[in-house]
Amino acid sequence: MRLHSRVRLLLVLLSLAAALGLPLLTYAPNRLLTGQGIALLDLLHSGSGLRWLALLPALPLLLAPWWRPGMLRERLVYLAALWLGAALWWLAGSEATLRAGDEDALARVSFGGGFWLLQLLLLLQLAEALQVLAGGLPRRVLLLLLAQLPLLWLLLTGRLDSLSLLREYHNNQDTFDAALLRHVQLVLFSVLPALLLGGALGVWAYRSARFARLLFPVLNVLQTIPSIALFGLLIGPLAWLGRQLPGLGIAGVGLAPALLALSLYALLPVVRGTLAGLQQVPPAVREAARGMGMTPWQIMLRVETPLALPVFLSGLRITSVQAVGLAAVAALIGAGGFGAIMFQGLSASALDQVLLGVLPVLLLALLVDVLFRLLISRLKGADDHA
Amino acid sequence: MTMLELKAVNKFFNGWQAVADVDLQVAAGELAVLIGTSGSGKSTTLKMINRLIEPDSGSIRLAGEDIRSQPPEVLRRRIGYAIQSVGLFPHWTVEQNIAAVPALLKWPKARIRERVVELLELLHLPAAQYLSRYPHQLSGGQQQRVGVARALAADPEVLLMDEPFGALDPVTRGTLQQELLRIQALSGKTIVLVTHDIDEALLLGQHIVLMDKGRVVQQGRARDFLLHPANAFVRDFVGQSDVGVRLLGLDTVASRMRPQQQASGEPIAASATLREALSAFVARRVSSLPVIDAQGRPAGVLHFADLLPVAT
Repeated sequence: MRLHSRVRLLLVLLSLAAALGLPLLTYAPNRLLTGQGIALLDLLHSGSGLRWLALLPALPLLLAPWWRPGMLRERLVYLAALWLGAALWWLAGSEATLRAGDEDALARVSFGGGFWLLQLLLLLQLAEALQVLAGGLPRRVLLLLLAQLPLLWLLLTGRLDSLSLLREYHNNQDTFDAALLRHVQLVLFSVLPALLLGGALGVWAYRSARFARLLFPVLNVLQTIPSIALFGLLIGPLAWLGRQLPGLGIAGVGLAPALLALSLYALLPVVRGTLAGLQQVPPAVREAARGMGMTPWQIMLRVETPLALPVFLSGLRITSVQAVGLAAVAALIGAGGFGAIMFQGLSASALDQVLLGVLPVLLLALLVDVLFRLLISRLKGADDHA
Repeated sequence: MTMLELKAVNKFFNGWQAVADVDLQVAAGELAVLIGTSGSGKSTTLKMINRLIEPDSGSIRLAGEDIRSQPPEVLRRRIGYAIQSVGLFPHWTVEQNIAAVPALLKWPKARIRERVVELLELLHLPAAQYLSRYPHQLSGGQQQRVGVARALAADPEVLLMDEPFGALDPVTRGTLQQELLRIQALSGKTIVLVTHDIDEALLLGQHIVLMDKGRVVQQGRARDFLLHPANAFVRDFVGQSDVGVRLLGLDTVASRMRPQQQASGEPIAASATLREALSAFVARRVSSLPVIDAQGRPAGVLHFADLLPVAT
């Protein structure tokens, strides 16, 4: 047997080390105590004793490094990684039902380091396989989403309900839904103003080099202020403004300063993206447009905007992903969002509650990222079709 | 009739005089060439005609009318404009690119389509094959053809060309120069072309304007430049040692051959230049060449001695 893929071998070795060396789950008598580790081997012994059968289809993953490259290998790796990922979730769910199944039981079964590491390594295996299996970005995203269907099924049929994370969700469902709405609001209403203002400033900076020389130092300084400090700095002026203009809902803490601070952070990347987008429009194209008798408006709408759009959207993608993360910190000044759940969990040392705040932020950021990538690839694709 | 007239035109950039007291007349249907080294003011002069650059003083008239009497956009739509880097819109198809000015002028769709197809055929780009291509799918020569088609699209009164063939390889450049001559003969367009290549100027220019440091040094026919250079600069520019060869390049074999005679050997076309004939004499080591016409029939004989009497 010849070794064909060093990357795959590394992934397999790391997976084995994670599976055997780190606890897959942890068990604690209640939510505040630190849990005891449960290794994969312990898991396979408990329960019906046939649990190891669930891991059997993962065998192709072990053999893949020595397999001849080709579509067949990648298809098998894709299916095996999909299967193993779901099997781990199912194992965790059923173990939790076994140990803490009763409705009012205080006992908690949470994920251990091994679980997350294995899921991450499986995701890398999936990504590696999709490089070969799927040509375009849309197909790759579709296949990645398809790979999550088993997890969705496990969730919807309640097979994971006894896990501590899901317990936290059910106990905080109202808070969670409100946090989701608020988090989306925070991102949307900070990126949108930044988009309009930043776009305008970017166009202006492009037209006037002098203005750009004034603008960028200011934006750079803004960007270097730590987010917590910026939130704090805004409390004073906004509280004063709220007292002067009562009835507008402006206050030193809450939504207003959070939106303001997040918008300010979003400004620099949007301005940069706009400027970079406009700068990479070839000068010859602009000269030709002027020479043939287009008005400045026509040049802007028909030539500069479509040519600058892909670069601009790349900037906006980074801005939006960054805003999703930063919005979590805004909970510190009472703006709500998933950050609130996170900080509540931290102060109560309830790690699964922290997780309940962190995971959706992660997923939201991924979602925003993928949506923008799809949009940009569509724009670029439109140019290539003859 | 004068199509284009510049009178005492001046242009300064930050106190440095780019164009100084330029007087220039281009007759309707004439191909005028502005030539000079870089920084001579030739491109600036060209761009003042379609108001991409505004002169500081002097007047420019197009078809008898001051170019400042209408908004620059309206003026530019009456003037075709082709540049060295072509500047095709990368996100538009060949068809959309060529249709740009007619679309600005709000021509009916059917008329635009008809015009685009007509122009593509004129420039030897089969419409069926090229209409829906994007610029990045074309070679450099093809892109410049589309650029010229775009400049001609709205049937402009004047065509301005800023070193249109400067970035092309010598073979493609030669082909496109010949096509420009053909299009000009066919359409009778007034063309102003900027170049720094003396051979291109001698080949294309019916009226040549040599500029240096913003001033017109000499203007006239190609022959005048070679036989009566105004000063040492002009003499250097046209290439002292090559003057004889370049003079031969201005005349065709047909103008010197002896029609009644016949000879044997490898023939030369009557439409070839005397410069090409000279090359043939030397390369083939003969002193007379049989001449054939466009249909390949014997048309006469050219003797080596016939190269000598130079018309003035």
